[in-house]
Amino acid sequence: MIPVLGLVLGIVLGLVLDVSVPTALEPYLPIALIAALDALLGAGRATLEGVFDDRVFVVSFLSNVLLATLIVFVGNQLGVGAQLTTAVIVVLGIRIFTNAAAMRRLLLGA
Amino acid sequence: MSTQTTPAQARARLRTTLSWRARPGTTVTTVLFVLVGFVAAVQLASPDDGLDRASRTDLVQILSSLDTRAAQLEEEVSQLEQTRAELVAGAGTSEAARAEAEARLQTLGILAGTLAAEGPGVELVVSDPAGTVDASTMLSVVQELRDARAEAVQIEGSPDRSVRVVASTAFVDVPTGGVSVGGVTLGPPYRVLAIGDPDTLGPALRIPGGAVTSLETSGASVSIRDDSVVVVDALLEPTTPSYARPAPPESSDTS
Repeated sequence: MIPVLGLVLGIVLGLVLDVSVPTALEPYLPIALIAALDALLGAGRATLEGVFDDRVFVVSFLSNVLLATLIVFVGNQLGVGAQLTTAVIVVLGIRIFTNAAAMRRLLLGA
Repeated sequence: MSTQTTPAQARARLRTTLSWRARPGTTVTTVLFVLVGFVAAVQLASPDDGLDRASRTDLVQILSSLDTRAAQLEEEVSQLEQTRAELVAGAGTSEAARAEAEARLQTLGILAGTLAAEGPGVELVVSDPAGTVDASTMLSVVQELRDARAEAVQIEGSPDRSVRVVASTAFVDVPTGGVSVGGVTLGPPYRVLAIGDPDTLGPALRIPGGAVTSLETSGASVSIRDDSVVVVDALLEPTTPSYARPAPPESSDTS
């Protein structure tokens, strides 16, 4: 429950505080966010399967975000940033759907 | 694995997770959750001008349209500056025309006798106790002054009246004595003021057989005095011509 409250707290903070995205981070923030969302859904699925582990979550979260950002960064350097961004989003999107479907099956048995 | 988990078990785990119990790793997890929420909110709240998601083609198109717009505005600026320069020049021209018209008005006013004038000239005093000076003698004095390029002339006489002499001023004998100048009857002594070059006016009056000679012949005594400042302040009411009309410009070119 506490992490869920933390999520709500973060959203409220982000809306209340007038923080603008630094220009250097602007291309990477959406990708990092999608990667974090994927990690969150993975955590939810692991919880329902009874195999959730904080250490695994933290490591997978950070590595997911870093890897996604790195791929987009390399793509930008090579001039194929838009295409690689699309590729990363497709992969992460598939994983998000897979995790969501798994959670649905776990909770509803269908 | 998931195949070994029944929905009931999953719901029980969910309830357990949503309880307020903290596990050893909850702190780090919570920090990450806060971070995700924060970033998501910031990303959603950040202003989006749409340019960061526009394709290269769109950006080129936007840039070229901006260039076109800038060129149009530049052109408009230069047009407006040209118009402004024209207006400034036009204002200068009309100012000059106005000054010229003003100067012309003053010149014509002095010639027509509607404006007072001052300048170097001569003063001619005719004491005529016998009253023998007639209109033709007076006219010859004025003619002499006109020949000597007097620019403004006025005649004063008793009883303390003064008349501006212009091109249309008539000199008529009055049977009871004196001279009618432009419809005003003047009696001796007469005082004639003329603005012009004193070195020309004086000798012209004194020329042998001229105006002074004829005045003295008719029994008057004359004194002429050069003056650096003569004030001609008798004025005439401008009269509207009854018959003469401005001629069309074509026929006036013949002069």
